[in-house]
Amino acid sequence: MANPGGPAIARPNDLKGFSDDWSSDQQVFKTASWGKVMMWIFLLSDTFIFSCFLLSYMTVRMSTTTPWPNPSEVFALEIGGKPVPLILIAIMTFILISSSGTMAMAVNYGYRRDRVKTAVLMWVTAAFGASFVGMQALEWTKLIREGVRPWGNPWGAEQFGSSFFMITGFHGTHVTIGVIFLLIVARKVWRGDFDHERHGFFTSRKGRYEIVEIMGLYWHFVDLVWVFIFALFYLW
Amino acid sequence: MSHATTANQATGHAEGQHHPIKLYLVIWGWLFVLSACSYLVDYLGFQGYLRWFLILLFMFVKAGLIVGIFMHMAWERLTLICAILVPPVAVLVFVGIMIVEANYTLITRVVFFGAGP
Repeated sequence: MANPGGPAIARPNDLKGFSDDWSSDQQVFKTASWGKVMMWIFLLSDTFIFSCFLLSYMTVRMSTTTPWPNPSEVFALEIGGKPVPLILIAIMTFILISSSGTMAMAVNYGYRRDRVKTAVLMWVTAAFGASFVGMQALEWTKLIREGVRPWGNPWGAEQFGSSFFMITGFHGTHVTIGVIFLLIVARKVWRGDFDHERHGFFTSRKGRYEIVEIMGLYWHFVDLVWVFIFALFYLW
Repeated sequence: MSHATTANQATGHAEGQHHPIKLYLVIWGWLFVLSACSYLVDYLGFQGYLRWFLILLFMFVKAGLIVGIFMHMAWERLTLICAILVPPVAVLVFVGIMIVEANYTLITRVVFFGAGP
């Protein structure tokens, strides 16, 4: 209270502190920078977008009178002459989780100002992300060859195709944008922008390692969305 | 929390989250185990309510670990946690509305087109 509006105030982190944070014309988020808060709010809006996709998928699946194609069989791959259910999707899941792990470590090394390890871990993350998109392209190709279209497919309810292409397509787009974002930030880390506080090209603000964490928030969100898609679309 | 903020003020340069790398490796391991479990649900062919319960359980535990640890939500102030995590509750209301709507559509289709699910 001694320093209203200041960025860092020692204040209890309970309901009292909560109401103090929100009241009396001051900065609400005491410990998170504006950049981090803006990323969180963007992710919240993105949450609603993906929620709407998954909701419309739920609605069409519940209301169709023709049976829904069994994802366990649709996404099975032949390995050694035997169909293994969902194997490619499982591999993609593990890849995306691994990329989240390397991203979390990149953020950590960023705050330790370890330029080389941060950049390398971000490149590894980007490589995982790119391979994820590659496998998704493979999956799309396979399904399109088998006759899946947004308006129909050989196995059952027509809505399967449109839900599948819409949801995984939007997620794949997010991963692709994330890989590009990663490469841009990794290049800045590698060049030492955040060690020398080099001014940004567009914003002319000083570079800080916090951008690695903000980037990480986006990347983890992409992984988070996949957790929901994997559970609700592929496993359900 | 107050500890962290005073440290911030003191150095003026140190910023952000500082946790041992081991924490991330442990969480990474758990996410692997949980993903393997959700895959096993399909591989072993569980059906019915058990399947849905297990799928949702593993999904929410994984989501919690990612948001809480990887995205550092567990160390943020209550203010930010509420600002981000409370609005999605509206989605659950939306889910309820659409379940009613979908059932209505299904009944209408069955009654008027005579096709059973």
